[in-house]
Amino acid sequence: MSLDKATVLHIARLARIALGADEVEPLAAELSSILAWIEELNEVDTEAVAPMTSVVEMRLPRRADEVTDGAPVENVIRNAPEKSDSFFVVPKVVG
Amino acid sequence: MSDALTALSLAEARSGLAEGAFSARELADAHIKAAEGARDLNTLITETFERALADAGRSDERRAKGEAGALEGIPLVIKDIFCTEGVLTTAGSHILDGFTPPYESTVSANLWKAGAVLVGKSNMDEFAMGSSNMASHYGPVINPWRRAGDNAALVPGGSSGGSAAAIAARLCLGATGTDTGGSIRQPASFCGVVGLKPTYGRCSRYGIVAFASSLDQAGPFGRTVRDAAILLGVMAGHDPRDSTSVERPVPDYEAALDQGVKGLRVGVPAEYRVEGMPEEIDRLWRAGAAWLEEAGAEIVEVSLPHTRYALATYYIIAPAEASANLARYDGARYGYRAPAKSLLEMYEKTRAEGFGAEVRRRVLIGTYVLSAGYYDAYYLKAQKVRKLIATDFAQAFERVDVMLTPTAPSAAFAVGEKMDDPVAMYLNDVFTVPASLAGLPGVSVPAGLSGEGLPLGLQVIARPFDEETLLRTAEALERAAGFEAEPSYLSSGGYLSSGGSR
Repeated sequence: MSLDKATVLHIARLARIALGADEVEPLAAELSSILAWIEELNEVDTEAVAPMTSVVEMRLPRRADEVTDGAPVENVIRNAPEKSDSFFVVPKVVG
Repeated sequence: MSDALTALSLAEARSGLAEGAFSARELADAHIKAAEGARDLNTLITETFERALADAGRSDERRAKGEAGALEGIPLVIKDIFCTEGVLTTAGSHILDGFTPPYESTVSANLWKAGAVLVGKSNMDEFAMGSSNMASHYGPVINPWRRAGDNAALVPGGSSGGSAAAIAARLCLGATGTDTGGSIRQPASFCGVVGLKPTYGRCSRYGIVAFASSLDQAGPFGRTVRDAAILLGVMAGHDPRDSTSVERPVPDYEAALDQGVKGLRVGVPAEYRVEGMPEEIDRLWRAGAAWLEEAGAEIVEVSLPHTRYALATYYIIAPAEASANLARYDGARYGYRAPAKSLLEMYEKTRAEGFGAEVRRRVLIGTYVLSAGYYDAYYLKAQKVRKLIATDFAQAFERVDVMLTPTAPSAAFAVGEKMDDPVAMYLNDVFTVPASLAGLPGVSVPAGLSGEGLPLGLQVIARPFDEETLLRTAEALERAAGFEAEPSYLSSGGYLSSGGSR
């Protein structure tokens, strides 16, 4: 399956990655060649196969729903590019 | 003295420290000097030399008090994908600019608890996506090996190329890596060192920057099989903070090494004899089988019929998981933020500028295969083929105890080669990806030299959680191979000073 420019722009929007006008066409070609290659999987009969969703045969462990490490706000916001008091600061969302 | 200390194996250094032949401080000092002299290889993103000396001083104090741990005073390099408290952690990406974790990964915490010393954080392909280390925001790592009579700079493999090169160039006695589709084993093969990917679930993933969560696994690099066994024993273990980490005891891996391979059934998968594989790699593979046979193992031809679909399966599953994992890099909470007027623009510009070309490519592929209308055709299909690949291994392991394959389809290639075709680059992992998809442990052991004088590795694959049989087979291979060649870097006095090209 080959991707057209509109599809590339659509998935770039979904992935929240800005694309320059000159990037779209080469990317469409690259992604198309990767997709063409992975389409060889269509040769495999998987009619009766259950998808593998877990690598190790195990039951997901359960634990009590308790706060174990408190609320280290300082640690949470320490690396923020922009912060104010105990908040992350981002461009204005509502006008 | 200094050269003599960096030439030791981890196990030898452990003995020397225990006997008081030298101090942890002297050992750290020797490795710091080596690392300072090897900056042209670009193996480290962050040097932590002051901390190393302080770590080593405290280590000597602990030893004096009789409190020495399993890795007491051993200088290590940690791949820059493990979060280290208070030490910059970048995953080789621009988007993690300045990120200083307020917490420590479980694997590195285990190493510090055992007394290890941090020399630096190693360079890597961005977010562990790559097989050459050319995809690092911090520039390529240079392989300490060169082809005989050729000065071209070679790649160390990837994604854990900095760790593999650092071990080969003797800047540390052990190193950590992560392996998603071959990122420990392939660079180990390219750099002539031992690299081990444990069973999925053996080591905690807590605090490791996530790439593809159903595949990522931490593992050790060492210059010998024994060194890798010692490191694994400390890194492994159950961790309640990683729900996929498995609650089973950690065996004494070192004790397994001397058990030999007598009576072991070693599978040789027919499908790994791929078209276009260099004759010298096929020859080395056959030699490896003959060595194990001589040591008392039985060689059995096995079939893994879905092998040829492994790479395509991997290149659906890994990017899909990556596109979800990397959604967290939004410019709001940590790392790089592009200046923007709106929230959407902030996200889109931050991610466009913060991610390199290969990461953008994989996030887009992953987004596509998970998007409405394509999920069943790609992602679900890949999960089904993955099941078939895992079943192939399970069936073969009913007949054999381990498998022997080449690690990579070539020796190290030159910096700049294979860069224009993503699919050609992906083929590097043709022999390592299948075991990753099945969650199996694998190890690469340096087994010989190519015609051009470059190291080639052989891979051993074992049953889930049977790292003991994996290691004793690797040990037998190592003994039989008698690999003693050294990278040309060690005798050249440094590539820059000898006029080497970069």
